[in-house]
Amino acid sequence: MSASPSTTAPPAAEGAEAPTVRGGRGAAKRRTPISRRGERLVGYTFMTPWIIGSLVFTVGPMLWSLYLSFTDYHLILGGDFIGFANYTAMFEDPMFARAVKVTLLYVLLAVPLKLVASLAVAILLTQSRRGIGFYRAAFYMPSLIAMSVGIAIVWKALFAGGGPQDQFMSWFGWEGGGFIGNPSVSILMLVLLSVWTFGAPMVIFMAGLLQVPGELHEAAQVDGAGKWHRFVHITIPMLSPVIFFNVLMETVHAFQLFGPAFIIGGTAGGPAWSTLFYTVRIYALAFVDLRMGYASAWAWMLVLAVGVVTLIMFRAAKNLVYYAGEDNK
Amino acid sequence: MSVATEAPRVIGRRKRSGAERAKSVVWHAAMLAVLVVVLYPAFWVLTASVRENSDILTNISPIPTSITWDNFASAFDGLAGIPLWRFFWNSLVISALSVVGIVASCSITAYALGRLEFPGRKAMFAVVIATLLLPGQVMLIPQYLIFSEMDVVNTIFPLVIGKFLGLDAFFVFMYVQFLRGIPRELDQAATIDGAGHFRIFFSIMLPLLRPAIVTSSIFTFIWSWNDFMGPLIYLHEIEKFPLPRLLQSYNNTEAVSNYGGMMAMTLLSLVPVVLFFLVFQKFLIKGIATSGVKG
Repeated sequence: MSASPSTTAPPAAEGAEAPTVRGGRGAAKRRTPISRRGERLVGYTFMTPWIIGSLVFTVGPMLWSLYLSFTDYHLILGGDFIGFANYTAMFEDPMFARAVKVTLLYVLLAVPLKLVASLAVAILLTQSRRGIGFYRAAFYMPSLIAMSVGIAIVWKALFAGGGPQDQFMSWFGWEGGGFIGNPSVSILMLVLLSVWTFGAPMVIFMAGLLQVPGELHEAAQVDGAGKWHRFVHITIPMLSPVIFFNVLMETVHAFQLFGPAFIIGGTAGGPAWSTLFYTVRIYALAFVDLRMGYASAWAWMLVLAVGVVTLIMFRAAKNLVYYAGEDNK
Repeated sequence: MSVATEAPRVIGRRKRSGAERAKSVVWHAAMLAVLVVVLYPAFWVLTASVRENSDILTNISPIPTSITWDNFASAFDGLAGIPLWRFFWNSLVISALSVVGIVASCSITAYALGRLEFPGRKAMFAVVIATLLLPGQVMLIPQYLIFSEMDVVNTIFPLVIGKFLGLDAFFVFMYVQFLRGIPRELDQAATIDGAGHFRIFFSIMLPLLRPAIVTSSIFTFIWSWNDFMGPLIYLHEIEKFPLPRLLQSYNNTEAVSNYGGMMAMTLLSLVPVVLFFLVFQKFLIKGIATSGVKG
């Protein structure tokens, strides 16, 4: 992970480490109150909670779940090593196909819609006008509550049959009823919930936009470049590290949507599996059916998928993302 | 679609032309339209909480036809004979412990990773970065097995222990980034004055880390307050439920007959988060802008 994802953070002081007093330079007879060994000792002392925690609660469990994924472990019945049987079974499991379809559809709809909305509003909000602070705060607020159970319940009501969405759309001739009971559109509830949180990437876009040097736009304007031209050839390239960061984070998170999907669709992803998100299915397999071996195989499949998507993005970023001050060939 | 430059501001200060004014009107109209869409759900739940049951689902208008406070009365009654304040208290305990854990553990972990030199530091930092992108679901099952082996399922221990061990990669990363912005000369000066690393950490770094501490505390509080998956897996007795679990149970059992009570309860559960937001708004937005926090 070479690219530093945070674009606006202060420049890392790593490379520019001034020669310190610590250790070495014995000939100079300068007092070195803290020896290298002391620093090591303090380092490991400070890292102790993290090291224990990682071994017991993250790195250890990861390896364990990898092992479990090759067993038919059941919480009560126990289980044995079965090789790749879970992985081959997955591809014949109709639920797997359904969960993958729902999750991919959600990622492909929610991420672009949310990011386009957030970039558009961010651009509007970086114009110097009155009330920007207020709008920014108001647009950001949903991001803090959207993933709560409370809002999921509100969402169920907003999209219920005869509810606000149904009534509003029926003015325009809609006959599909509330989204919540209609399997062909029910996923849109979750897409809209995601778009509703456009404020979080918007704030990041705004910070990025304010760093685009004004001289570039002025110079281009003098050369006769129109607004659209300047947007495509100046704003977008200068903003590309921030765009990359937002696309990456939003995608990785979208693959893992759980709470709202669980409240809205239940463990079965109703109606008719149309909201059967991948993580909801993992939960149902592991904690309802107690088939923890099989569920682990599902979880590792998710890790693989997110890993591949992340890799592809970093590859693409090499050619598409412009880092000012670096030689991009 | 011009981006903020110095130019428009200068023009704005001069006499505004008709075209400028028209543009400004269009801009405000667009922002207000977005605002209405964004705030509609919040406004809807606000008014739904004071409506009669029959009026909630059938009326698209945000203005209630009649106002009743019964919904709040039934919300305060809680569920299964346990009053609502009890669930608030449960949520508060989890969130407060999480904040303490995050601040204590992330600051020392980040200080070691960002400021000290010791073998294995780079590898450990790589693990932190990797867990940033790693789907947590993959650790869920073994973690559950470990916690049930430790006999702590149905307590809040599994919900907060990770926070005390610095396992929240996101905040560790945020603290490290923040530490990198603090000049090394400070440590060096302190070292020359004879301060050890513990002194440097407690007397110099912690006070300077204050903005990061405040931002991470606010986000931790809100995220723990909203967390649903943890309590869903680990808490099974209703007296121990935090608010999200209460809402889910209420939604499954009582909501059919008492929709208004459900909405009042939902509203009350969101109030602390919204209040937090209103009070710390500046910090939150600055924090997210500088470190790319996901909201």
